[in-house]
Amino acid sequence: MTVALQQDGSGQRKAKRSNLSTARLRAAWLFLAPMMIALAVVAGWPLIRTIWLGFTDANLTDLSHSQFIGFENYLSYYDGEAYGVLVDPDWWNAVWNTLWFSVISVGLETLIGLFVALLLNAQFKGRGIVRAAVLIPWAIPTIVSAKMWSWMLHDQFGVINEILLGVGLISDPIAWTADPSTAMWAVIMVDVWKTTPFMALLTLAALQMLPGDIYEAAKVDGIHPVRVFFKVTLPLIRPAILVAVVFRSLDALRVFDLIYVLTSNSSTTMSMSVYARQQLVDFQEVGYGSAAATLLFVVIALLTTLTVMAGGLKLNEGEQS
Amino acid sequence: MADVTLKGIVKDFGSTRIIHGVDLQIKDRELIVFVGPSGCGKSTLLRLIAGLEDISDGEMFIDGELVNQCSPKERRIAMVFQSYALYPHMSVYENMAFGLQLSKHSKKDIKDKVMEAARILELTPLLERQPKQLSGGQRQRVAIGRAIVRNPKVFLFDEPLSNLDASLRVQMRIEIAKLHQDMDATMVYVTHDQVEAMTLADRIVVLNAGRIEQVGSPLELYHRPRNKFVAGFIGSPKMNFIEATVVSVAESGVEVSVAGSEPVKVDVVPDGLSVGERIEYGIRPEHLGAGTTGDLSGKIEVIEELGESHFLHMRLSNGALITVQGRGDAQVRAGESCLVKFDREHAQVFRGDGFAVSKVMPLGQPKKTGALEGA
Repeated sequence: MTVALQQDGSGQRKAKRSNLSTARLRAAWLFLAPMMIALAVVAGWPLIRTIWLGFTDANLTDLSHSQFIGFENYLSYYDGEAYGVLVDPDWWNAVWNTLWFSVISVGLETLIGLFVALLLNAQFKGRGIVRAAVLIPWAIPTIVSAKMWSWMLHDQFGVINEILLGVGLISDPIAWTADPSTAMWAVIMVDVWKTTPFMALLTLAALQMLPGDIYEAAKVDGIHPVRVFFKVTLPLIRPAILVAVVFRSLDALRVFDLIYVLTSNSSTTMSMSVYARQQLVDFQEVGYGSAAATLLFVVIALLTTLTVMAGGLKLNEGEQS
Repeated sequence: MADVTLKGIVKDFGSTRIIHGVDLQIKDRELIVFVGPSGCGKSTLLRLIAGLEDISDGEMFIDGELVNQCSPKERRIAMVFQSYALYPHMSVYENMAFGLQLSKHSKKDIKDKVMEAARILELTPLLERQPKQLSGGQRQRVAIGRAIVRNPKVFLFDEPLSNLDASLRVQMRIEIAKLHQDMDATMVYVTHDQVEAMTLADRIVVLNAGRIEQVGSPLELYHRPRNKFVAGFIGSPKMNFIEATVVSVAESGVEVSVAGSEPVKVDVVPDGLSVGERIEYGIRPEHLGAGTTGDLSGKIEVIEELGESHFLHMRLSNGALITVQGRGDAQVRAGESCLVKFDREHAQVFRGDGFAVSKVMPLGQPKKTGALEGA
């Protein structure tokens, strides 16, 4: 008590930490230390190194002879011509592709996930098995499911073409992943197939947290189920859905494996990650590729902040109305 | 407002029967209380009336209309839940108005109704608040307000005060009693608290294991319980049951020996009782007195002081534990022995099957309880 009062009074004397809380604090750091060291080694160091390499002219053939060149990888002028990632039309094409892919796939996954979650939340026989079965697409490693789909979508041997031809919906086989008009949609379709279970699971968890009594109250009040859904269920699970959307968007913005396996370096589907890989590995431009990777990091950080802020504002509105 | 009739109502959950054929007539404008131990089916019975559960067998009428197949809305009932069941993201006003918005009410109409309910329940200054900004008592008032605005035929209360602390519970109890007087509404109220039941009810329905044990006014149940279950359930602390034997049976009265005591007269109808029959002598703690004179002797084991009264928990010579209530502070100490005197006209006699033997005095004219001397 006296310590606290002194602190309030002068603002200079600090409350003395008791031995007990010092010991607790020390123990906490001790427990945290291994994790923090591991993170620093596997995440912190590569991140810092990537950012550093982005400011150099490093090349994959010989990384030891790289020189610091400032922002030249991002933007530079030679003979009145602009060079660098920031003016590379391929980069902006990749940014656009990534955004398009993220918005459409996350949007579809959220909607379908909500629908599936509502189904799984209902009472029916064998619900446990269905709940587990729904998770299978998400449990399969992306590389495996991407390869599987690339075979199913194959223009000559793919089962999809086979079925569509058999039913008579198409007259000629379609090269789903190679044709520019269908490639992006093929990628989005596979991503939706794979990731909807994740969204459904998070939404289902939110649905199960809802108090059951308010639904009985609504029933007694004779409120139509559709109205109950939009006026009660949706506002109450919105925070959870928003968290799921942020998670998924983070994932979608750095999409690589799915697109690389299905369409490799095709420019119609190239994402930011695929672009960075192409620069780093195919063109051996480590400096330039690192600059692209750093930009990718910045774009994701910006978009996430924006999403969280926009979502947060909406949440507040919802609470006040 | 309306009357509610239950005819042979049965409810099964899977293969388990929860309600075993309940017949009950709830009168127009009556406040009827379902009371019983947990798991007795009182809440299920209420939910059957509400239409939240399907009736397995039997018929239910509200206002003379068969409602077995009707939705809660069509039954025109309103329900107040134990957990309040407020919509957490809506203001107090929206919570009350939500149920009205679809039925053909105009905006002004809705506002008038909500404002009127808010006025009755003194919620007007809280209309813009969210449920989480309210205390438990205020939340329950909002839940009641939500019921009032719908102007239902029957109000259903499912343990509405169980989540409140003791003092608030007393206050809300009085508010509900007042509400019933003002609104002149049919109300069905479920509680496990027999004090709530006694104070609120026009009539009490005592339920046990899915069956009605007795229906009657609070004092009827208190003074003339039909069986041992009701006798033990109504009244706190519960009635003492002491083993006894019938000593003599005559037109003028019946005498019993309680735990080996000298014969004691009990004013029950002698029909069917035979000399030597083993019965249970039921007497409430407030109808016993401890002192220097009395019918039985016992040793005081524990004393509970309540200020205005005290309870003596005594062990009789035959091993039975009884509770004696006295006024004011206890004048005895734990470990002492003393004599226990019966207030005979309040004694009950229960036969082996648990049913009470009818009292000589007709129902509905219980004599005023006299304060016991010598405590």
